Amino acid sequence: MSRREKNLWIFGGILIVIYALFPIAWIVSLSLKAPSDLSNQQFLPTQVSWENYELILTGGASDLFLPALRNSFGIVLIATAIACFLAMFAAYAIARLDFPGKKLILSTALAVAIFPVISIVTPLFNLWRQIGLYDTWPGLIIPYLSLTLPISIWTLSAFFREIPWEMEQAAQVDGATTWQAFRKVIVPLAAPGVFTTAIIAFFIAWNDFVYGISLTSTNAARPVPAALGLFSGASQFESPTGGISAAAVVVTIPVIILVLLFQRRIVAGLTNGAVKG
Amino acid sequence: MAAIEMKNIIKTYDDGFPAVNDVSLDIADGEFMILVGPSGCGKSTLLRMIVGLEDITSGDMIIGGKRVNDKAPRERNLSMVFQNYALYPHLTVYENIAFPLRLAKMDDQEVERRVQEASDVLELHEHLDRKPANLSGGQRQRVAMGRAIVRQAEAFLFDEPLSNLDAKLRGQMRTEISRLQRRLGITTVYVTHDQTEAMTLGDRVAVLRKGLLQQVASPRELYEQPVNLFVAGFIGSPPMNFLPATVNGSTLETPFGEVTLDDEKARAVAGKDLVLMGVRPEYFEDASLVEDSKRNLGSTFTARVDVTEWLGDSQYAYIPFDAPKEVEDQLKELSRELDSDQLRTQAIVSIDSTSRIREGRDAEFWIDTRKVHCFDPASGDNLTRDAEAGAKLTREAGEDREADLAANAERDGHPTSAQGAGTAPAGGSTRV
Repeated sequence: MSRREKNLWIFGGILIVIYALFPIAWIVSLSLKAPSDLSNQQFLPTQVSWENYELILTGGASDLFLPALRNSFGIVLIATAIACFLAMFAAYAIARLDFPGKKLILSTALAVAIFPVISIVTPLFNLWRQIGLYDTWPGLIIPYLSLTLPISIWTLSAFFREIPWEMEQAAQVDGATTWQAFRKVIVPLAAPGVFTTAIIAFFIAWNDFVYGISLTSTNAARPVPAALGLFSGASQFESPTGGISAAAVVVTIPVIILVLLFQRRIVAGLTNGAVKG
Repeated sequence: MAAIEMKNIIKTYDDGFPAVNDVSLDIADGEFMILVGPSGCGKSTLLRMIVGLEDITSGDMIIGGKRVNDKAPRERNLSMVFQNYALYPHLTVYENIAFPLRLAKMDDQEVERRVQEASDVLELHEHLDRKPANLSGGQRQRVAMGRAIVRQAEAFLFDEPLSNLDAKLRGQMRTEISRLQRRLGITTVYVTHDQTEAMTLGDRVAVLRKGLLQQVASPRELYEQPVNLFVAGFIGSPPMNFLPATVNGSTLETPFGEVTLDDEKARAVAGKDLVLMGVRPEYFEDASLVEDSKRNLGSTFTARVDVTEWLGDSQYAYIPFDAPKEVEDQLKELSRELDSDQLRTQAIVSIDSTSRIREGRDAEFWIDTRKVHCFDPASGDNLTRDAEAGAKLTREAGEDREADLAANAERDGHPTSAQGAGTAPAGGSTRV
């Protein structure tokens, strides 16, 4: 690659990064502006102010935001854990066992994943109200499972398929039951796959807005994306831009931490050395 | 340790294809049995049926006197080395070797002792803390063997364990496996398509072809008294030459002149018009280098040499010949079956490395006719096989092995030390 070509690539790369990160930088900048500064018509705040963060964490908006944050974490983590656990078994069965209806399960999973959320949310709203799941944690965990399970099954079964079957057979010859072979050999080997799946599932559930706003009504179960929509300004003539920006920054942080934490585990390389390459 | 008996084992796949067809085989306690054949002959399937990874369609699999057809692999107490080693990449070498012991819920002290013992045998001490990904091919191979020998298994099963190694390492590991098996005196079944491994490792070798057992015998018997065309062509490298020969009383008319048979062989081929004369490359010699005393034990002929290959210690000459159409087709079919697509009918001849025979010229060759075999071209049967001589060779091999084992037992005190106490030397119960 010539020097000129290299420079072009670097230039192009920087351009794309700026394009992608600019909105985030803008949100961060907005969240640091005082209310009077919001429409100063410049990118940077004239003076950095933590007023918005105080508003959502300790101030007037905190009784809306903090419970929502707690709900979001609780509901999403539980949904992710259940999805990964169930998907692990389902994917293992799909990858390894020959049983009738295998294709049906996979295509059903795909069908569920492509079904528009908005089209089932109204009947779900009525049903949940009838059976008492409306505005509860399980009332959100269940629909989140329907979002996360299909993609989890698909990604995990791809991972399982890549693990050489000999691994498991070797374990069985060494004296393992099917369950032991699964737990001691297959699961550790599929760990990168499980982490990847967990992160994808977490994002999907964390980002959901439609279920969150439709199936909740109080702080009992309302997640953050829904709560953001209900923010109000200090007076009715003031828009809550600053507060929303601050909250947006706060909810982005766990996602970033998650990715940084598991970045290495996501990079699959664990099966190296299992078989001669 | 146990004997393995197979009675009329059949494996049919869902599409009706019989991968293993009516194989009966007795493997004695402590014996090293090789399953060999070209790819797709069912040898791996047979091995996987012994270990329990493949269902048996019909027949009895008896290990140590118990029928194991319906037992899961873990209940059969066999250990296996896979072709790609199947090491657990998330575990250290130590834990890889200890894996079967941990599953058996053995206490840590005993695990430590056994793993150390196994790593003594395989010289793995400095690698115990490493992960399989950081090991070389040969080291991985040794770890896989460590995992196999660490517990008191009834038998070892090897599924082409050396095919992923380069040639030099393969030779080293081959002797290693042989040494280990002799030392532990444990029943071993070894699948390979490499006939060098088959010849050097096995007490007995079972040759399979399309799921059918062709011959079970010591390597020497297979080499000198093959039961049919297939075995004769498969065992030996370079392979046996098959020359079409017209029978004329006690003489055979071959593309390389007339060959006179002794009375016994002449009787065996009587009544046939056309036979295939099987001559191993080393039964030929450059006629000018044959001593006069030997010369009249064979016959000489002159032929044009196509190519010569000088290898330092030996030399090969390639002599093309014409064969009748039906024989040519059959030889082509045979070579295809043996995974060696031979394009033309030619004889490969081993001559002394000092021979001055050069390619493209006519040269005089000598054939040692005492050792030739004649095969029926239609059925492939060996017409001149001396069953008694063959059996004698196998018997001798068995005696050698028993002597070997006894000597080992005497030297080590405990021949099966890695397997713990209480196991008797295997030699006594050997059946030949």
